[in-house]
Amino acid sequence: MERLLDVLREGLGLTGTKEGCGEGECGACTVLIDGEPTLSCLVPLFQCEGRRIETVEGIAAGPARDFLERFVATGGVQCGACTPGIVITAWALLQRNPAPSREEAREALAGNLCRCTGICGEPDR
Amino acid sequence: MIAAVRPRSLDEAVRHLGEDPALVPTAGCTDLMVRGPEALHRMDRVIDLLGVPELRGIREVEGGIEIGSTTSFSEIRRSAAVRAAFPILAEAATMVGGWQIQNRATLGGNMANASPAGDSLPVLLALDAVVVVAGAQGLREIPYADFHIGYRRTALRPGEIVARVRLPYLPAGAFQAFRKVGTREAQAISKVVVALAGRIEEGRIAELRLAAGSVAAMPVRLRAAEEAVRGQAPGPETADLAGREAAREVTPIDDVRSTADYRRFALERVVRRMVMGIAG
Ligand SMILES: Cc1cc2nc3c(=O)[nH]c(=O)nc-3n(C[C@H](O)[C@H](O)[C@H](O)COP(=O)(O)OP(=O)(O)OC[C@H]3O[C@@H](n4cnc5c(N)ncnc54)[C@H](O)[C@@H]3O)c2cc1C
Ligand code: FES
Ligand code: FES
Repeated sequence: MERLLDVLREGLGLTGTKEGCGEGECGACTVLIDGEPTLSCLVPLFQCEGRRIETVEGIAAGPARDFLERFVATGGVQCGACTPGIVITAWALLQRNPAPSREEAREALAGNLCRCTGICGEPDR
Repeated sequence: MIAAVRPRSLDEAVRHLGEDPALVPTAGCTDLMVRGPEALHRMDRVIDLLGVPELRGIREVEGGIEIGSTTSFSEIRRSAAVRAAFPILAEAATMVGGWQIQNRATLGGNMANASPAGDSLPVLLALDAVVVVAGAQGLREIPYADFHIGYRRTALRPGEIVARVRLPYLPAGAFQAFRKVGTREAQAISKVVVALAGRIEEGRIAELRLAAGSVAAMPVRLRAAEEAVRGQAPGPETADLAGREAAREVTPIDDVRSTADYRRFALERVVRRMVMGIAG
């Protein structure tokens, strides 16, 4: 089954979406499908017909620009493999809940792993 | 190239399945997509259930609620009806992977995948769920206690799918509880999951359904423990008894996540603590 992730990266050249584990464990491949954070490594292409898919390129060019700049400025990045997925998930959380508690942020980001810096710092940004 | 049929109604879905019972149903694909390249390659004909409206959503019905098989765990944990009547199902839903997984993973997929570690499965056992199954012959009902018949085997016949699950309301004054012991709270395949539901009458346990995952080849009711505490007053002795019986009756396995001994030990403690929590 052809994966949405491969179509984005190879078919469309949208390489902002990363592949970490390819098994649903790391969150690096997160995109929004109809506004919901979804792992593109686990989505077969045929289920995407008629759906709105947003990648990090899309939200970075639009409303999430300021948020992204703040994210980069506070030093959230080492190798950067996890960053697009974290940005998308955090952005989706802030759309639903503009002032999440530490606990809410931690839970929302539990599916996004960072093997360089450790996820624990992320909710502060 | 794979051929995916995407039916728009339940009638259309069962017609396809009747013609070709080897079609693989796809829902959230959180299990299917991690089966490895070879398995995915063999899966050349699939039937996508996500576009079938009859399989979707949560409804209140006479005497209980019905949850469509393609309802996601995100929808389940958000549902006011589920949270009010069956908080342990909402709680289990919050334990299935992280946010992204919960947005896609479905209740029907959890059931049909039939992992002994599936988090929602002991809850469905404790709540005495009824599975409504659809096939070319129409609908039939299977008590959930008869749904799992062996390691990753279910009572579904070729060409049948899970249509929905019915949860009968518990009587007034009933208790329910859920506990997952994993390596981390979210994102962990369970080492032990336990769910229970029941009723106290005149200070004694009149009814108890106790179920566990990851302690046998399939999710199981702990019938010896249930039997042992029926008619007893809740308290430390009853809790000890339930824990002991539970540990005795299960047949856990050693695997990469845990050992059989640890699982039996964890089960005994979890059951003891949960039965202790039943208010007298
Ligand atoms: C990173 C990660 C973490 C996870 N964490 C957990 C966890 O903590 N707890 C847990 O329980 N699970 C977990 N899982 C497993 C998985 O998410 C669940 O089992 C999920 O409920 C499967 O649902 P699905 O809709 O994605 O199933 P799919 O992958 O679409 O299907 C699974 C199987 O069921 C069949 N099927 C699906 N729907 C039906 C139906 N209606 N009728 C008949 N057959 C059907 C499919 O053919 C397939 O064989 C995790 C998975 C991943 C990748
Ligand atoms: S690449 Fe999709 S979750 Fe890791
Ligand atoms: S910065 Fe390297 S994985 Fe997060």
